[in-house]
Amino acid sequence: MSQQSVEMILVRQLAGYLFVPVVVVDTTGTVIFYNEPAERILGVRFDETGRIDSKEADRLIELSEDPTAGPDDTGRPLLAALHQRRPVHVRRWLLRRGDRVRLHIELTAFPIIDQEERLLGAMAMFWERQAP
Amino acid sequence: MKVTPYGVRGSLAAPGPATARYGGNTSCVRVTGPDGTVLVLDAGTGIRSLGRELPADLRRVDVLLTHLHMDHIIGLGFFAPLFNSSMEVHIWGPASATLSLDARLRRYLAPPLFPVLLRDLPCRLELHHTGRGRFSIGAFTVRAARVCHPGTTVGYRIETERASLAYLPDHEPALGARRFPIDAEWTSGFELAEKVDLLLHDAQYTRTEYPRHVGWGHSTAHHALAFARLVGARHLVAFHHDPSRDDDALETAIDAAVADVRPDFPVTPAAEGDTFELGRATTGAEPAPPASARRLSTRRMP
Repeated sequence: MSQQSVEMILVRQLAGYLFVPVVVVDTTGTVIFYNEPAERILGVRFDETGRIDSKEADRLIELSEDPTAGPDDTGRPLLAALHQRRPVHVRRWLLRRGDRVRLHIELTAFPIIDQEERLLGAMAMFWERQAP
Repeated sequence: MKVTPYGVRGSLAAPGPATARYGGNTSCVRVTGPDGTVLVLDAGTGIRSLGRELPADLRRVDVLLTHLHMDHIIGLGFFAPLFNSSMEVHIWGPASATLSLDARLRRYLAPPLFPVLLRDLPCRLELHHTGRGRFSIGAFTVRAARVCHPGTTVGYRIETERASLAYLPDHEPALGARRFPIDAEWTSGFELAEKVDLLLHDAQYTRTEYPRHVGWGHSTAHHALAFARLVGARHLVAFHHDPSRDDDALETAIDAAVADVRPDFPVTPAAEGDTFELGRATTGAEPAPPASARRLSTRRMP
């Protein structure tokens, strides 16, 4: 495994200290890290899963649009942040874990771009909302 | 490849009898290739004497800056080749997100901080941004990569066909790590330093000092040893000594870390005037060169 860029290393280290759940993906959309608060919501530990490619991620967790979502809360926010190189915020999303528990979440994703404007990945912060 | 430090001190020059054995000049290292190519790593106060000792017939010199903190560029205005119209000087260093290397250097090499403007220097001066990837200078292949240190900072890996050197004078790979070392994949500087013959690495603090300086961009001697072991370096030269550390305290700090870690590679505190020869050619009749770099000489300050 080749070394991550220092920017991604620092993103991971920062995420490791945050209270808010954070998921970090590389440019292919592969999950390369999620922190302990994210483990609590996702129901799986990073130590156990390691990096998760997008197919495996779809098996572990299912993201879908909340039926009450507004017109802006559509699409895949992390992939949109990667492909469109812009921050994305969705207010109403449903997350279904591998154990079938459904959670209402709000999520902000943004691309990680270095000083040479090279796309390195994206990170998403998300948190559980009270059900409407 | 010959590697000679001319400045080994971090943060601030520390001249005087208490630092005479290892030297008080700030970061500057001369690297001489088998074809006579001369690289200068950083432009701390040590660059002044380095400039005076260059061969008279040398027509090109390349200065590789890791970053633009003052202790790494303060000697630039006193580098003799810059004032020699027959010299070609190439300065390599990182740009920031918004400023070119030229614009960043002009913040120092201009009044009121310095009387001579960069554009008025008589040498033929060329500035280059060190991005990612490799570039060639004479017999050297140079690779730069961003490393963990405040501001935009790169480290360098310098190779010839026979030898490799990594220069990471200001580096805090343990920043944010709950334990160190961690996986190679998640360690700043790993690819630059992997399996090098000689690693010059930040070892500014002791373990006692480090908690008060987390995030300042520097390592402890223990971190440097752990990093060297992780990357498989064949010889570690502890670099960027704290300016408050006198010679005896410096030796005590490095010795203590070596006693704790028990590395299976040599560890040498960097000293001005030491020369390390890497990749010495041998004939079939000679024994193979030692695994680590040979420390050729020690030229102590009086």
